[in-house]
Amino acid sequence: MKKDISIKVCMGTGGIAAGGVEVMSSFEKALAGAGIKAAVQKNCSMHKVGCRGFCARDVLVDVTINGTKATYQYIKADMVERIVADHIVGGAPVDEWLVKDDYHTFHDKQVKVVLSDCGEVDPEDIDSYISRGGYEATKKVLTTMTPQETIDVIKASGLRGRGGAGFPTGVKWDMAIKAPGPVKYLICNADEGDPGAFMDRSVVEGNPHAVLEGMIIGAYAIGAPYGYVYIRAEYPLAVERLHLAIKQAKERGFLGKKILGKDLDFDIKVKLGAGAFVCGEETALIASIEGKRGQPRAKPPFPVQKGLWGYPTIINNVETLANVPYIMRKGAAWYAGMGTEKSKGTKVFALTGKILNSGLIEVPMGIPLKEVIYDIGGGIEGGRKLKAVQTGGPSGGCIPSSMADTTLDYESLGKVGSIMGSGGMVVLDETDCMVNIAKYFLEFTKSESCGKCIPCRVGTKRLLEILTRITEGKGREGDIDLLETLSSDVKTSSLCGLGQSAPNPVLSTIRYYRDEYEAHIRDKRCPAGVCKDLLTYSIIAEACKGCTACTRVCPTGAITGEKKKPHVLNQDLCIKCGACFETCKFKAIRKV
Amino acid sequence: MIKIIINGKQIKVQPDTTILDAARRNDIYIPTICDDPRLEPYGGCRLCLVQIKGMPRLVSACTTPVTEGMEVETTNDQIERQRRTIVELLLSDHPNDCMVCEKAGDCTLQELAYFYDLRANRFYGERRQYTKKDLNPFIQRDMEKCILCGKCVRVCEEVQGVGAIDISSRGFTAKVTPPFEKDLDCEFCGQCVSLCPTGALMGKEALGRGRQKDVRKVETICPYCGCGCNLTLHVNRDEVVSVSSRPDTVNEGWLCVKGRFGYNFIKSPDRLKTPLIKKDGVFVEASWDEAFQYVADRLIAIKEKNGPDAIAGLSSARCTNEENYLFQKFIRAGIGTNNVDHCARY
Amino acid sequence: MAGLATVFGSGAMTNSIAEIEKTDVMFVIGSNTKENHPIVALRMIKAKKKGAKLIIADPRRVPLVRFADIWMQHRPGTDVMLLNAMMHVIMKEGLVDKDFIASMTEGYDEAFKKNLEDFTPEAAEKVTGVPKDTIIKAARMYVEADKAGIYYTMGITQHSHGTDNVFSVANLALMTGNLGKEGGGVNPLRGQNNVQGATDMGCIPNNYPGYQGVSLPAMKEKFEELWKAKLSDKVGMTAPDMLAAAEKGALKAMYIMGENPVVSDPDMTHTIKALKALDLLVVQDIFMTETAALAHVVLPASSFAEKSGTFTNTERRVQRVRAATNLPGQAMEDSRIIMELSKRMNYPMPYQSSEEVFQEIGRAWPAMAGMSYSRLDASGLQWPCPTREHPGTPHLFSGGFPRGKGRFTTVKYLPSLEQVDKEFPFLLTTGRLLFQYHTGGMTRRVKPIDAVSHESYIEINPEDAGMLSLKDGTPVKVTSRRGSITVKTKISKRPKKGVVFIPFHFHEAAANMLTSGTGLDPVAKIPSFKVSTVRIEKA
Repeated sequence: MKKDISIKVCMGTGGIAAGGVEVMSSFEKALAGAGIKAAVQKNCSMHKVGCRGFCARDVLVDVTINGTKATYQYIKADMVERIVADHIVGGAPVDEWLVKDDYHTFHDKQVKVVLSDCGEVDPEDIDSYISRGGYEATKKVLTTMTPQETIDVIKASGLRGRGGAGFPTGVKWDMAIKAPGPVKYLICNADEGDPGAFMDRSVVEGNPHAVLEGMIIGAYAIGAPYGYVYIRAEYPLAVERLHLAIKQAKERGFLGKKILGKDLDFDIKVKLGAGAFVCGEETALIASIEGKRGQPRAKPPFPVQKGLWGYPTIINNVETLANVPYIMRKGAAWYAGMGTEKSKGTKVFALTGKILNSGLIEVPMGIPLKEVIYDIGGGIEGGRKLKAVQTGGPSGGCIPSSMADTTLDYESLGKVGSIMGSGGMVVLDETDCMVNIAKYFLEFTKSESCGKCIPCRVGTKRLLEILTRITEGKGREGDIDLLETLSSDVKTSSLCGLGQSAPNPVLSTIRYYRDEYEAHIRDKRCPAGVCKDLLTYSIIAEACKGCTACTRVCPTGAITGEKKKPHVLNQDLCIKCGACFETCKFKAIRKV
Repeated sequence: MIKIIINGKQIKVQPDTTILDAARRNDIYIPTICDDPRLEPYGGCRLCLVQIKGMPRLVSACTTPVTEGMEVETTNDQIERQRRTIVELLLSDHPNDCMVCEKAGDCTLQELAYFYDLRANRFYGERRQYTKKDLNPFIQRDMEKCILCGKCVRVCEEVQGVGAIDISSRGFTAKVTPPFEKDLDCEFCGQCVSLCPTGALMGKEALGRGRQKDVRKVETICPYCGCGCNLTLHVNRDEVVSVSSRPDTVNEGWLCVKGRFGYNFIKSPDRLKTPLIKKDGVFVEASWDEAFQYVADRLIAIKEKNGPDAIAGLSSARCTNEENYLFQKFIRAGIGTNNVDHCARY
Repeated sequence: MAGLATVFGSGAMTNSIAEIEKTDVMFVIGSNTKENHPIVALRMIKAKKKGAKLIIADPRRVPLVRFADIWMQHRPGTDVMLLNAMMHVIMKEGLVDKDFIASMTEGYDEAFKKNLEDFTPEAAEKVTGVPKDTIIKAARMYVEADKAGIYYTMGITQHSHGTDNVFSVANLALMTGNLGKEGGGVNPLRGQNNVQGATDMGCIPNNYPGYQGVSLPAMKEKFEELWKAKLSDKVGMTAPDMLAAAEKGALKAMYIMGENPVVSDPDMTHTIKALKALDLLVVQDIFMTETAALAHVVLPASSFAEKSGTFTNTERRVQRVRAATNLPGQAMEDSRIIMELSKRMNYPMPYQSSEEVFQEIGRAWPAMAGMSYSRLDASGLQWPCPTREHPGTPHLFSGGFPRGKGRFTTVKYLPSLEQVDKEFPFLLTTGRLLFQYHTGGMTRRVKPIDAVSHESYIEINPEDAGMLSLKDGTPVKVTSRRGSITVKTKISKRPKKGVVFIPFHFHEAAANMLTSGTGLDPVAKIPSFKVSTVRIEKA
């Protein structure tokens, strides 16, 4: 009997890092070696696919035989031979390597639109995208719809900007079509910069044609003959696949002059960003494309009035654009059917932190936070307690565990003092110090501030210094008030979104964890036991068995003692590295 | 003309003006430290934040164009609080050595500190510290006093077309430098010095020769090329100690290296101070009376012997109209010849 | 100025500096504007930013070239060829402004047109070295502009045929109707603070103040009446004539106020010889210049900071000069010196103030009659300003030309007098530097300027330098038919192969040892500073 065999190896950045390339070549070798070459080759295809989200389990491999799919996790090259022998040749899947139930719960509550083809299509092959309905939206729009009708569909779908601010995409396009100008530009913002975020990267790596298609439709709608993708140079794979996708789209007549024989000329250039966070800000991004220092400028005029080279310019985020072809294919009503009243559709999040199943997820708007944490995420690592969820990256805020019922949509997140942002979601547990978390984000924004405006340049620096001294036990009465007023002044007076949102982590942690701040300042104590300068390690003599394990790991020789007798820790020598605490098997080290 | 309301007062302005310009023209004070009407709006210092009715956020007056019916509030408690914070932040990263600063009395930052009565500062912390690199002969740089308003960078690029400097690095460590912090390709026009709001950039020739309160300003015209730039001579103790220029003139306040820095020849020790008569091949000091009489006697003698056309006068393009007029009148009417010319050809 | 006066009946910048911002195309020829008129260059850069186009014709890659849309690097001395070729293109392509020519000009006749026939872009390419397509492109760009201004300086005038160059520039503007309107014009940029004023004030041998000819009886009468003196109707000597006459012994005495011809005039050896031949040389200056050193009497005078009066800038703007500091020692205001001398020559001129002199100027010349010190206070006034109510004149000729119609002049191309040969294989052109001014009397006494611009040099193309095995800083002996100087080498891509440049500010390595005092322009008597031939040897 002929077998229809398909093998899909996860080759996103995560997959490649885990050894995807080796896995794939092992499959090629093993299949050839198994002598099944002649019999199955015709139907046996191997695909590189992009990220499917569950990066913690890489390398993930799908083996589909006659329509029956089995998914393997944690696959290494040396495991391939057995899969080929047992499963492909022998017909019996290698059970112990298959994904378990949690792999499915991870996926069950997700609704995939933008990611629906990621992990399925071969991102380096346009035909793979076309075979799954790709570019049908382009054909439909260009042959049957006017630009205004196209915009109306986007408006009706309720799609809002996925880059952070949530501005309605249709309204933005409408402003662009009405803006007078001899030339207009469409820019795809792929300058993803939030620490730990990889939504846009995964989409561009996994399904670049969806982004291109969104751009083509956008260009048609607003009348832009030129497009740019502004993407971080640190995303080499995404850049490579993007270039390839543009080349293929040109060859097929989806880009270039007279697209699909219609009166639409549209060309896309890829512009590499140098990794400055501020260049994700629209006006700084434009300055960077123009070859200037990546600094924002004041708005108005908005880019839609005066953007790149002074002409009307639309900037949409990767995820926003990748939604467009699916909306055009399936209709505005379908899209608007998902989500809440004001927040439609789905949102991609990068789920990280103290969560069991970290990875890339796509959920319908309005899903309760706790479902994401416990159902999709599988709960907290090590069975510890959830403390808070930080959303929106350095511009966002913390949602305390007591508010885990909060739903994920623009309005609800705003109400609790956080933001949707571009989709960063960091899960914090009881071992996280909230002052330290605020400090971490301020460290980031302070060093990413461009320095153009005073409140952001000096303000973030001073905020960080105040936070630092609090975590060092040098906090003073009044520091919380000072943080609050300075935060509020920096927010109101900064030039761009970076400075305007930089104090958010400070304000939201003060809002929900003021007592932690007070403990640092008044009691010189870090309740979570994180801030080194506020910790004291000591040996509980009763519990100490005198095993000498701690004396051996102590880097400064602060612990001394004879075998089988309680040891002694010299505080003057202790550098609070915590090595003894980690090493002691008898819980004889106290950390306060 | 469009109508807008600023602080409850209705005013009419040209459509293309910014709120800041509109306010300036109507003598409404909005503080700013990074704006100059001759440069592109920048919006960096955030001191000019104002409230516009119907807008959720404060906007910078220097970058926001007026629109019909716009209602602007230039001051209220919140706005003043912001401004105060901004000035405090600046002062928290400033040497604050006004006692010995050349710029004292003419410094925008000092004026703002005075205006907001900032005796103590809520903020403190690290200050930027730089070793003074002092290689150029015209301009003294004190980078610790730089508040990164960007005026120097912008004037160099936008107006002078040179682009000798730009801002490098980011955030708190951002600083104004030549490309790659290497060679300075500079015309030394000093436009940057003229715009610097603090003591970060100062003309070296002026250092230690008297601060603004000591200076008497005299409006005159540059003695060099034919552009006819306005010069404001800053005079102290009978010396020109520095030069500036008014923006409302043919040169819009811009000068070149000669106009701005080329003034110390005035009190050069080489100046001629007494009339000299050459006797036996050597110059001998003479009184004016002697000199005049000597010249007049010789000219009269030559005129009598060889006729007026044996005498000629060469006048100067460096002298005033009045002097030139008198000179040719003297040659023509006093001596009686048209042998008068000047150096127009060279 | 003689050239423009012939064409229009008045010689000055026709338009204003501020108008540059409003122009569509700027054509800069023979002007290193960024270094020699820095503030005018700033307006040009501003205009560029507003969308204007910039065409530059200059043998050297001058700093403004960075902003140019078109740069034509023509060989020194070939301006007429280049300009006529541009006109050839405009004529052949039927782009001339027929209405303007018909109503406002004369002399656009068959002879004029026939002369242009020969100046094809191909022919011009051979002579000027500028590719013919560039010439065509430049011609079109200039003519297609609604408002196009021409700006030039000594690069046009300091030639053995400088007046021809000026005529050509004027022809181009007349042909395209670029006169009498804002942002257009023919604009000679004046190189010295009050060179316009000195000319206006009649410090020229043929005119009384205000370009009123000394040989016209009515004018003579007018001034005899005003000055209460008998005047000569014989046109006097120009400066080069004076030196020649002095050398021959015909001129016995010279009174030189604030000039340093030894360094600024061509052929230094000849100048020194001529001045030494005088029976009486009186020099009035603020420093002991090279010229003052030759004088019989030296009179210590006043700098600009010590006197009050007016300067007239390049755009005819009369502005106030005010005294700021006291005179050093016994130094005296120049006006007082003149008056004292005049008194002793039995022609007293007892003015109480410079303002009183200024009032008399207004009576002498109607174009300044409407000016007064108080009216000049804010930012001056541009002549003509005939009445107390007149706002001054930003651009000339909006109501026609003073001489009636603008005159076309047929100009043939004449090669420069000196042509390179085996003995003198390099073309030398001279000029100024940004940091220095004229003979350096003022600028070289300013310490920081001396620090950045300490000595002279010869600018030479890398290829030529290679051929002569010169490195940056190698001292070389530069020799012309007049003499030699020693300067350091500065290798630069500014000049093209075969052309070298030496600034003339430095008396110790005086470029004017090399330049020629003969071969003056026949009309304007301007020396050919821009073209001499030299040879270069390692010193």
